[in-house]
Amino acid sequence: MIEIENVHKSFGSLKVLKGIDLTVAKGEVVSVIGGSGSGKSTLLTCINGLEPVDSGRILVEGVEVHARSTDLNKLRRKIGIVFQQFNAFPHLTVLENVTLAPRKVKGMSKREAEEIAVKQLDHVGLGDKKSVYPSRLSGGQQQRMAIARALAMSPGYMLFDEVTSALDPQLVGEVLDTLKLLADDGMTMICVTHEMGFARDVSDRVAFFDQGVMAEIGPPEQIFGDAKNEATRKFLSSVR
Amino acid sequence: MFETSLTLNDLMFMLKGAGVTLMVTFFAVTGGTLMGLAFGVIRAQFKPWVTLPLAFVLDIFRSVPLLIQLILANAFQAIAGYGISPFVTSCIVLALYTAAYCTEIVRGAIAAVPAVTRRAARSLGLTWRQDMTQVVFPMALRVALPSWIGLTLGVMKDSALVLWLGIIELLRASQILVTRLQEPMFILLVAGAIYFVLSFPIARLGAQLEKRWKEND
Ligand SMILES: Nc1ncnc2c1ncn2[C@@H]1O[C@H](COP(=O)(O)OP(=O)(O)OP(=O)(O)O)[C@@H](O)[C@H]1O
Ligand SMILES: [Mg+2]
Repeated sequence: MIEIENVHKSFGSLKVLKGIDLTVAKGEVVSVIGGSGSGKSTLLTCINGLEPVDSGRILVEGVEVHARSTDLNKLRRKIGIVFQQFNAFPHLTVLENVTLAPRKVKGMSKREAEEIAVKQLDHVGLGDKKSVYPSRLSGGQQQRMAIARALAMSPGYMLFDEVTSALDPQLVGEVLDTLKLLADDGMTMICVTHEMGFARDVSDRVAFFDQGVMAEIGPPEQIFGDAKNEATRKFLSSVR
Repeated sequence: MFETSLTLNDLMFMLKGAGVTLMVTFFAVTGGTLMGLAFGVIRAQFKPWVTLPLAFVLDIFRSVPLLIQLILANAFQAIAGYGISPFVTSCIVLALYTAAYCTEIVRGAIAAVPAVTRRAARSLGLTWRQDMTQVVFPMALRVALPSWIGLTLGVMKDSALVLWLGIIELLRASQILVTRLQEPMFILLVAGAIYFVLSFPIARLGAQLEKRWKEND
């Protein structure tokens, strides 16, 4: 379970998150939608402690992310994150990209790590690209590799930050299919997305962010069919 | 036909000088690179104003002509009575000089690693150290290598200035022979060839590595 309680966050004088409350249950898929600069990415980076918060707290399986006593390196093993920008390790092959963290962070043997990596790469459809360097992959393949890399740590939670928005339109589908597979497997996921079709089909709940506030949250039928909030309706009509 | 009074003994004398050049360069580049690595990481890791004093000192080493640094350092250690040999003094001064340049190379190369790549590494649970050794350094090395090779070759040539402290390295050895044999053209040609032979493997190694890395792009 991820519990976000009244989280505030600013960059300098810019208030980016203004009191976010959100609880994501085990196995739940929550999509986060909203305009540019509304704080969606910032929330994700706060959840795995890449960014500090100003006030409020975030609990992952009851562990307070920003508490002094929390070992973030340990906590992060439970939380996978995939970013919008491509972020492969360019000096490592696809297989080495995926085995790096299991080996260095979990201390697995090379063989153990490779066994897991191969399974994850097969799962995302990159079984034949293991010994290739990332620069040889298409954008969609790079994102799928990043997903496999995160999954190789067997996280309990996955955070996705607009993983398809840097992709050519024809590559979006293959990545979204990978996400759907994960959701079907029962992974707990928070997906920041601009893909409204995906949000509607896959999510248990959809949250709409507006200028640092979670203006509305509810099941997809309600958000897309009968949004209560004026800003939500306006946003949805603008992206359609 | 071409005739020279340069004997095999004289050539050995020059090669011994080349050995000194190589040694000074080796110590200077090794020490300078190690310091440059440490300083460069510090410069990349902390806010500019925190490292201002460090940057200032390094700027001095970069802007004062090496010859002045060598002579001042040697004079200073003599007055202070440290009893450090000119060879060691030369190595220290050249190492600091190398470090000053290497710091900027390292800082720039680390800064060239995209922030999102480092975030990805940390979000996988890698510690700062692991991020540095497994991701940042290998990526930065590819950026830094051409400049570092250039720096190393530059230091090898600049190391000739240590002759002012009475050290007989390659250039000084050649000078001595020129004075004795009165064959400046030929002896300097040989000296130049020896410098080239010393530099060539380093330049080749750099080109080789770059080519290997390019194949992955
Ligand atoms: N490291 C940072 N330093 C300063 N400002 C930042 C930083 N990261 C984000 N911001 C600012 O915070 C605000 C919220 O950014 P965030 O990336 O969370 O928005 P977003 O909802 O993800 O937008 P988008 O849909 O464009 O990705 C923006 O105005 C952004 O410029
Ligand atoms: Mg964003």
